[in-house]
Amino acid sequence: MHEFSIAESILEAVRKELVSHPGARPTRVGLRIGELAAVDVDSLSFCFESVVRGTEWEGLQLDAQVCPQRRICNDCGKEFAVVEYNASCPMCAGCNTTLSSGDELDFDYLEVETGGTPAIEVKGAE
Amino acid sequence: MERLPLKSKVLSENQIVAESLRERFRSHGVLCLNLISGPGSGKTALLERTLAGFDPATRVCVLTGDIQTDNDARRLAQYGFPVRQITTGGTCHLDARMIEKHLAAWNLDEIDLLFIENVGNLVCPSSYDLGEASKIVLLSVTEGDDKPLKYPSIFFKSDLFILTKIDLLPYVPFNAEVVEANARLVHPGIEIVRTSATAEGGLDAWLAWMKQRMAQARQDALLPLRLS
Repeated sequence: MHEFSIAESILEAVRKELVSHPGARPTRVGLRIGELAAVDVDSLSFCFESVVRGTEWEGLQLDAQVCPQRRICNDCGKEFAVVEYNASCPMCAGCNTTLSSGDELDFDYLEVETGGTPAIEVKGAE
Repeated sequence: MERLPLKSKVLSENQIVAESLRERFRSHGVLCLNLISGPGSGKTALLERTLAGFDPATRVCVLTGDIQTDNDARRLAQYGFPVRQITTGGTCHLDARMIEKHLAAWNLDEIDLLFIENVGNLVCPSSYDLGEASKIVLLSVTEGDDKPLKYPSIFFKSDLFILTKIDLLPYVPFNAEVVEANARLVHPGIEIVRTSATAEGGLDAWLAWMKQRMAQARQDALLPLRLS
């Protein structure tokens, strides 16, 4: 049950991000959670609900996108979805493959209402 | 409504502390190993037997985590090496800040090997980087041989899988080949050793792995090899 600590980390990160967007009210925070991240999404959502309750952002939603495990074959270059943990390449049957996604625990976006103030500058965009 | 893209990791605060610990370990030539398993797989017993076999001049320290009690620290302190208990008071894992805090009591120049015995839990500790060189997962033969498939994250993130209590294999319906194949399905590159903390020579494969890694850590820090 480390989802509670993770929920607190999420709220802390939202707080930090909003320092550079004064007046913005957060409505939804998007996450990307890999199958291998050892995080239970239902439990995280439940914990997140309880950590935002009673704060000025009560009702802030969590949108967790689960990222399936994908690997890349180092021999033939094929990228493939891993089915039932089978890490070998479906193209060349080689076992020399590397994880390309599926262990992330990353932020994706923060949705905010700016309440009619001038459009805020998007920070961190690439 | 605006959507701001965020690029950071959720546990970036932990990650920052972990990276700073990793750099300190690297520059001081300290090999830090983070031992993770469910409760009762034999982390403390493995450490006890490992410490008991060390020359008294070995510069090894242990941080041991539990939710409550300092029983493990007392068990491990009998061997004469510095041990500190981290009592989390309910938290199911150790995080990098706890390691940083408890490490402050020691001088890294006087340490070659640091064991971190994580809280007994096969799930949560896998999400927290402690700055270790390697995570090591332990599983005993009295558990199920399908555990790597049920708890893939920790097997995926560990460099070494220690199968413990193999002296009990004749008495339990556990297939060592199956558990090893399952671990390799989840993590093709994982190294595997089989151990027994009660049989003569039962830790040889583990000790060989550890000594090789210690030598590598000294070499990486450009420090002379210390043979003990």
